[in-house]
Amino acid sequence: MKKLGMFLSLFVLMSAVFTGGNALYAASKSITITGSTTVLPIAQMAAEAFMDIHQDISVSVRGGGSGVGIAALIDARADIADASRSIKTKEIKLAREKGIDPYANVVARDGIAVVVHPDNPLDSISIEDLKKIYTGEIENWKDLGGPSKSIVVISRDYSSGTFEVFKELVLEGAKVIDGALMLASNKAVSTTVSTTPNSIGYIGLGYLSEDVKALKVDGVKASEETVKKGEYKLARPLFMYTNGEPKGIIKTFIDFIFSPQGQKIAREVGYVPVK
Amino acid sequence: MIKEKLFKYLTLTAALCSVVFLFGIIFSIFKEGYSIFAEVGFFKFIFGRSWHPTHYPPEFGILPLIVSSILVTAGALLVSVPLGVGSAIYISELAHPKGKEILKPIVELLAGVPSVIYGLFGMAFLGPFISRVFGLPVGLNALNASIILGVMVVPIISSISEDALNLVPRQLIEASYALGANKWETIIRVILPAAKSGVISSIVLGFGRAIGETMVVLMVAGGATSIPRSIFRPVRPMTSAIAAEMGETTMGSSHLHALFGIAIVLFVITFISNLITEWVMRNRGKNGA
Repeated sequence: MKKLGMFLSLFVLMSAVFTGGNALYAASKSITITGSTTVLPIAQMAAEAFMDIHQDISVSVRGGGSGVGIAALIDARADIADASRSIKTKEIKLAREKGIDPYANVVARDGIAVVVHPDNPLDSISIEDLKKIYTGEIENWKDLGGPSKSIVVISRDYSSGTFEVFKELVLEGAKVIDGALMLASNKAVSTTVSTTPNSIGYIGLGYLSEDVKALKVDGVKASEETVKKGEYKLARPLFMYTNGEPKGIIKTFIDFIFSPQGQKIAREVGYVPVK
Repeated sequence: MIKEKLFKYLTLTAALCSVVFLFGIIFSIFKEGYSIFAEVGFFKFIFGRSWHPTHYPPEFGILPLIVSSILVTAGALLVSVPLGVGSAIYISELAHPKGKEILKPIVELLAGVPSVIYGLFGMAFLGPFISRVFGLPVGLNALNASIILGVMVVPIISSISEDALNLVPRQLIEASYALGANKWETIIRVILPAAKSGVISSIVLGFGRAIGETMVVLMVAGGATSIPRSIFRPVRPMTSAIAAEMGETTMGSSHLHALFGIAIVLFVITFISNLITEWVMRNRGKNGA
């Protein structure tokens, strides 16, 4: 009898775990958000403001990266996956197999600023020259009209969303030179560029500061307006993926992100609003 | 009686837990990682010179990462062995008891500093300093990582070596003095050889710590994936490649398997270094000192 009781309780526990959190979440009214560290500041601040309004709903936000977020959405461990890249075909296939239908909500836009040390005389760069620098074809600033100093090329890590967009928009399938410094965060790139006179790097628009100098790209300044108008070429959408079109409390949350207050948050953390 | 038995089994469970954890970890990294060896080929994976995991087609050669790890770790030992063994000798043999009381906890405190703080220091201060002193374009390189890792490993080498030095029998030391040897001769000719196995295992443990350290190398090593031609080059040790790329990679992709493949290589290296420590320690018992 005792054993049977144990089995039963175990069974209940296991089924609660395996039938996916969704049913449980809805009952306790909570939303789980996981994913890109680029989207993290929006999600986090929006969650706080959202919970002030909707005190019966709790929103938990975690980072981990776009890949982690999308994997969590596929495994039904998260209701919303933050991503700084669009979902890959392989991931869509995986999601379909598990009965998840990823739906893209573009919540903001992110411009990638090309940055150099403040003492660098250069003001503008073309995407073509940028590609030449990152593939090793140009190795000296004098080729771009600067002083004769070798260029310290700084990039983000191979699997970061920022690298992926840079790869797509600038490198167009070419390889970054092996000698480039691959750094783990926007902050690391900006710190290193600000302390390294002959370096060049790229960071999210939201991470721009006085310590580094942003170059015009193809003659266009990296700014909110130019990104919004589509003039600035190094820009990308930021996503919150949901399972199907958002419904219920998830819709309430996504709607909040699109509201003037939510979009104001996106701007405050350095991104470009979409509405 | 029952209490005793209960206690015995409780502690046995605790001990078995470690075994379960270890085998669980081994099993999961091998399960996720073995497929890359099949996909890329063992030699191409270990000795491939190009690491472009997200390029199309991807290239999974981890030789630059292995060389980086070894270079940085060797550099760290160059810094930490003289400092660690030196401070152990001073603390155990030469220091005034009061000085020892102050010095010992300070050295051990070094071990308590979180690695991210070491990393910040390397990034914000040591990096710019190195680039100025050596006239380098950038200070995030193997040298920077070696120095910081070296300092981190000092307390490990120092405290284990010191224990070994303390265990050297008094008679041996007194016999040395009786033969007319002075302090220096006694330390170099008698105490250090007698404590050899403890000192060596402290160094091997330090090696394991240095090659496995992640945060510091992620922050200060620079992260370039070329095979470094000198210690002034930015490098990408295995741990930092795993840490930096794991978060954003696609689940189930070859890239993920390759990162687990790196973890296997790293695991095998640290496993061997631990075996060496065990072996050295065990031989100590046999040789009598």
